[in-house]
Amino acid sequence: MAAGNRTRPGEVRSRTLASTFAGYFILIFFALVFLYPFVIQIANSFKTEPDAAANPLSPVPHPFSLSGYEKVFLNTDMPLWLGNSLLVTIVVTLGRVLLCSMAGYALARIRFRGRRVLFSATLGVMAVPPVVLFVPKFLVLNQLGIYDSYTALILPLIVDATAVFIMKQFFETIPVSVEEAARIDGAGVWRTFWSVVLPMARPALITLTILSFQGSWNEFPHTLVAVQSPELFTLPRGLADLVSGSLGKGTQYPLKLGAAVLATIPVAVIFVVFQRYFVRGANEGAEKG
Amino acid sequence: MAGKAPAGTSRLRAATRENIAGWLFVAPVVMILGLFLLLPILMALWVSLTDWNGQGSPFRAGVPFVGVDNYTRLFTEEGLARQDFMTSIRNNVYYVLIVVPSQTVLALGLALVVNSRLLKGRTFFRSAFFFPSITSSVAISVVFLFIFANSGAVTSLLNLFGLDGPQWFADSRGVVHLLLGALGVVDPSSPPAALTDGGPFGLSWWEWLSGPSVAMTTIIMLVVWTSSGTFMLMFLAALQDIPVTLEEASMLDGAGRWQRFRYVTLPMLKPTMFLVVTLGLIATWQVFDQVYVMSQGNPAKTTLTPAYLSYQTAFRSFDYGSGTAISFVLFSIIVVFALIQRWVMRDRNGGAGSRRLRRS
Repeated sequence: MAAGNRTRPGEVRSRTLASTFAGYFILIFFALVFLYPFVIQIANSFKTEPDAAANPLSPVPHPFSLSGYEKVFLNTDMPLWLGNSLLVTIVVTLGRVLLCSMAGYALARIRFRGRRVLFSATLGVMAVPPVVLFVPKFLVLNQLGIYDSYTALILPLIVDATAVFIMKQFFETIPVSVEEAARIDGAGVWRTFWSVVLPMARPALITLTILSFQGSWNEFPHTLVAVQSPELFTLPRGLADLVSGSLGKGTQYPLKLGAAVLATIPVAVIFVVFQRYFVRGANEGAEKG
Repeated sequence: MAGKAPAGTSRLRAATRENIAGWLFVAPVVMILGLFLLLPILMALWVSLTDWNGQGSPFRAGVPFVGVDNYTRLFTEEGLARQDFMTSIRNNVYYVLIVVPSQTVLALGLALVVNSRLLKGRTFFRSAFFFPSITSSVAISVVFLFIFANSGAVTSLLNLFGLDGPQWFADSRGVVHLLLGALGVVDPSSPPAALTDGGPFGLSWWEWLSGPSVAMTTIIMLVVWTSSGTFMLMFLAALQDIPVTLEEASMLDGAGRWQRFRYVTLPMLKPTMFLVVTLGLIATWQVFDQVYVMSQGNPAKTTLTPAYLSYQTAFRSFDYGSGTAISFVLFSIIVVFALIQRWVMRDRNGGAGSRRLRRS
């Protein structure tokens, strides 16, 4: 009697087959759209300049050439940029994980006066668009006399309101009884946090570490307003310097793409290994709204 | 009641200890956020009221105070400052109007396909679509510079189909102008005087109606391509939250695929849809990295955006007052969207809260 029973089984099967086929077609088409630019990036970084200009679409370098990468390391400050990026990324990530989980823990569990106000302030701060802070941040760094230094490059990035929020949300899911047991055993606030609660927060800590690594490795605009000496350039800044102003002129592309490959690899590797944490991070970002 | 006094004092001591511990735990975060977030905003408010040129401290006695001049120049005074600012607003409006709907529809479409239970390898495809969002914006912009170069991949691809691509980065023609020309409505080389003679805020109607330039469309494609993956994940999480029983019930009721999508899936996705659109609106007003790397506002200022203009005005023309004033105008545009988002989300707090509970 039900209306849904009107279609015959054979019809259903062929319709399912057709939609499966359509589904795969869409998936493969878009996988090409989303991944082929990376194929082009890698392939052309191994081409000679005339080959890259003549056959930009081809995924096979002909002839295979390392001259792009040779030039990256010999003619640019790439080793310096890599070193600076690594330093900034490591310090920022370690600092962010420690400081933001401390603040997140305090906001979730320690009953101190003013924490409600502080939490609202954190939410407010998360809403401030970073892009409007460029010029203002420069003003403060300049006024403090730390403009154009590693301190300027690192310190403002070390704290992130979203990270505080993620950690607070996580600590709230840990049962209070665990901490109470530790307190009864005589552990102070710091001991409880450091040796009882933090080890339980491993998944959240990994998510935060990965998000911080990715964020600080890719960070670009902050370097524009924090430093100007080429000795302090990170990889994105150096790369931007290498290409900006060249407006689509077809010169030195294997070199530029090689440098871009080097900038992409660390985050790509981490993405492949820790994928599910990236997915979790994206969804936690969504929930902050 | 008798034992209250000693218990009270120890509780008091415990409360003090909690206060001290709490503030010690948050102190580093509070200090750094205060120093590099709150203080900058306050300082910038002052600088936006001056003509400081970057020499010495902006708080010196000699710095000329100009009141709201830096703001009025953007809106009411005829001149280059207003012309550039309004051009950047126009460019960004077209950019938002195309990027936000495109990335929302693409993200939803991809999420629906990836969510389909019949297909294998969904994890791979999900990762493939998400991957561009996590890479460096500068590196990706370099790749797109190459892809859209005059002898680049897109041009060769179009040649395969016998088409001639434009010179992407050199082409400042507006897409709407081109469209009107192609339809034979208006000749772009000699637009009607009614449109060129006047218009609001120092740009003619004809200029306002240009649409994004061909050069801007490359940045639009890049951004849609990079950001759709993140939004796809949000839709995917929401789709997986829809109870299977609901779909089964509608299938038993004889609902077709389209009806099921229209009357079951889509209503359930409404909060996520709203989130994706508002996050999109907030992010698209901040486009900067891609403009810096790919076009620096060129050609003919058609890829200039308020964010890039504020940077350029402050750090290239050393006009810090105007640069910060542009930042604050941009700030207020974005805050409006952020407030709308918070306000509507609060309205749905019950639903969002229960969803959060279920996932954790």
